Amino acid sequence: MATTTIAPATASTYRGGLYEWLTTTDHKKIGIMYIISSFIFFLIGGLLALGVRTELAQPGLQFVSNEGIYNQLFTMHATVMIFLFVIPMLAGFGNYVVPLMIGAPDMAFPRINALSLWLLPLGGILLLSSFLLGGGAQAGWTSYPPLSEDRPLGSTGYGQDLWIVSLILIGTSSILGSINFLVTIFKMRAPGMTLFRMPILVWTVLVTSVLVLMATPVITSALMMLFIDRNYGGHFFDPATGGSAVLYQNIFWFYSHPAVYVMILPAMGMISEILPVFSRKPLFGYKAFIFATAAIGALGFSVWAHHMFTTGAVFLPFFSLMTFLIAVPTGVKFFNWISTMWRGQLTFSTPMIFALGFLTMFLIGGINGAFSASVPVDFALHDTYWVVAHLHYVLFGGSVMGVFAGLYYWFPKMFGRMLDETLGKVQFIIMFIGLNLTFFPMHMVGLAGMPRRIADYANSGWTDLNLLATIGSFTIAVSMLPFIWNVFVSLRSGKIAGDNPWEANTLEWATSSPPPPYNFDHLPEIRSERPLFDLRHGKTGH
Amino acid sequence: MTADSHALTTTGHGPAAGADHGPATAGHESRGGISNPILGMLLFITSEVMFFAGLFGAYFSTRAAHSPWPPDKFAGTLNPLGLILIATIILVISSVTCQLAVNAIRRGDRKAFMRNITVTFILGIVFLIMQMYDYSVLFGEGLTMDAGPFGTTYFTLTGFHGAHVFGGVIMLGVVLYRGTAGQFSARHHDAVEAASLYWHFVDVVWIILFSVLYLLP
Repeated sequence: MATTTIAPATASTYRGGLYEWLTTTDHKKIGIMYIISSFIFFLIGGLLALGVRTELAQPGLQFVSNEGIYNQLFTMHATVMIFLFVIPMLAGFGNYVVPLMIGAPDMAFPRINALSLWLLPLGGILLLSSFLLGGGAQAGWTSYPPLSEDRPLGSTGYGQDLWIVSLILIGTSSILGSINFLVTIFKMRAPGMTLFRMPILVWTVLVTSVLVLMATPVITSALMMLFIDRNYGGHFFDPATGGSAVLYQNIFWFYSHPAVYVMILPAMGMISEILPVFSRKPLFGYKAFIFATAAIGALGFSVWAHHMFTTGAVFLPFFSLMTFLIAVPTGVKFFNWISTMWRGQLTFSTPMIFALGFLTMFLIGGINGAFSASVPVDFALHDTYWVVAHLHYVLFGGSVMGVFAGLYYWFPKMFGRMLDETLGKVQFIIMFIGLNLTFFPMHMVGLAGMPRRIADYANSGWTDLNLLATIGSFTIAVSMLPFIWNVFVSLRSGKIAGDNPWEANTLEWATSSPPPPYNFDHLPEIRSERPLFDLRHGKTGH
Repeated sequence: MTADSHALTTTGHGPAAGADHGPATAGHESRGGISNPILGMLLFITSEVMFFAGLFGAYFSTRAAHSPWPPDKFAGTLNPLGLILIATIILVISSVTCQLAVNAIRRGDRKAFMRNITVTFILGIVFLIMQMYDYSVLFGEGLTMDAGPFGTTYFTLTGFHGAHVFGGVIMLGVVLYRGTAGQFSARHHDAVEAASLYWHFVDVVWIILFSVLYLLP
């Protein structure tokens, strides 16, 4: 195959010593460590979720001794999953793949890249250490004041403070990472790699980085002010002392809604790399997809108050309209994806199956989200389990499906060996059933009026559906076992991947698997967004 | 700027060269366009702008919810014609000397560069000392962090600005130290440019803070 001629002759192995890994500035090792660290936090967050679901299986308190512990479980579950799993996991993929995709030898600032990585376990350890210091934060991942203020019926103790400090650290990591991505993408592209020849994943990381850069410092300011309120007698957010609780909500969601797109755009980018490869067709509507991504990024800044409809303190028609509008570019993307597969030569390898899982599950999450954009509907559904169902369909059905699609797709590039296809498909089936079993019943209990964030419920009509969701959550947990087994087995004895096992067309497949520390010996001519296709077929594209 | 990079120049570098620094990290080699460190600093400043936007948003929201502002107890406590005016002038002058230092190193005039960067560094420290003294005066008049929303917003905004001045002084200190070690030339002085951009940003934030906290009726 023509591509082998430009890959380095000998594939380097990833056996460095421990010291080498701890001190590395290589974006590939850093990316892999991002992914490993995020996966560990994914398992921890999953255990916390199992605690939540176990308690809710039956009415009454069985699993936790009091509601405070239950509050800690769901607060820490969400915090770990959002800030220590989804966001860094996607950043890890960006770290590994983006420099390879644009033909760069590394990120623009390798040492700052290492700093971004190591801030994450530091923040995670601080956050989890609160369990040993009198209990974790229990005001929900949103930490609304006055609940999160240091006062009776609020959050006394160190848990909330540690939560604030660790989120500031993780946010700093994100900001530094986003600067690194932007400079890398703008300044380090290979000759011929114009902006409109970049792979879609690089575009989504670009837009995501802009969102992180503009939004994350804003939540840092909110967290700083909350910290001042709690520790230095500040008067920002506690209505009892002249502050405004709605002010916190505004600042918090000004970050946290764009953060929703931080958690999904790179996953969309990964899907957009995978679907064309396994359909043997170029992505349908390349430029439309890029403009849709940019539109989501821009509109993402104008919808934050749809989380606050019921406060009565926001301008409802505007935020409702903008929320409906943001569904339009998402619809454009669905059109792109489906048209990419249309009349393609589909092969159903594991990455493709997870990508299809993403499409179907994210569609449900998108539709039930757009539903709640309607103000009267939202008033009825606010803070019910409907919201929990929606956010898990987009975050688990969307982001997590995308993450596993990416893991199966790029694992051969990272380690030189294929993951096992059968185990991958077994994992998919168990996970797909588990996720629908867990999250679909939440729609129904939500419509029936079950509020979120309660440890106990008296309504017997909710029991069966809750039990079903609990069974589903354990099914999801089981689905992790074939994956972990798969990774350990395949690292030692998986099929040798070769440079380009999927016959993909982006630059990362032009080098060896795993790539050498400097990434490329030679780059092919880049004359389209599919340089390896041009190379294989001996002609240049448009 | 768009298509060029130096990825191809890595061909032939051994793993050792690539693993540690990445040969492409030195922005000077970029053909044309802004250098990597300066673009990085501009993006960092963008994030800082958003951080202060959050604080200013909280300030104006709090201010709008309380009347009168300042509360009667603190009417006239923040006097724009007092010590703070001198501190403001000092910070503005330091921005000018900082720019003079940058202009000097662009010409390759290391002597003028060192003189101006030293003056900037000292003026930054003087500003911080004056701010601390001003805080002690305000504490004496009963204006503290926990003295209602007025005190909280005042000390949070000026405090975070002071922390940023402190960060800027450290950057200037590093530039100064590297300068005494004989570094920087007309071609290689990204650190000077980056530190100066940050210093100007800190200065602009202060001018806005001064206008909002002291001058806005």
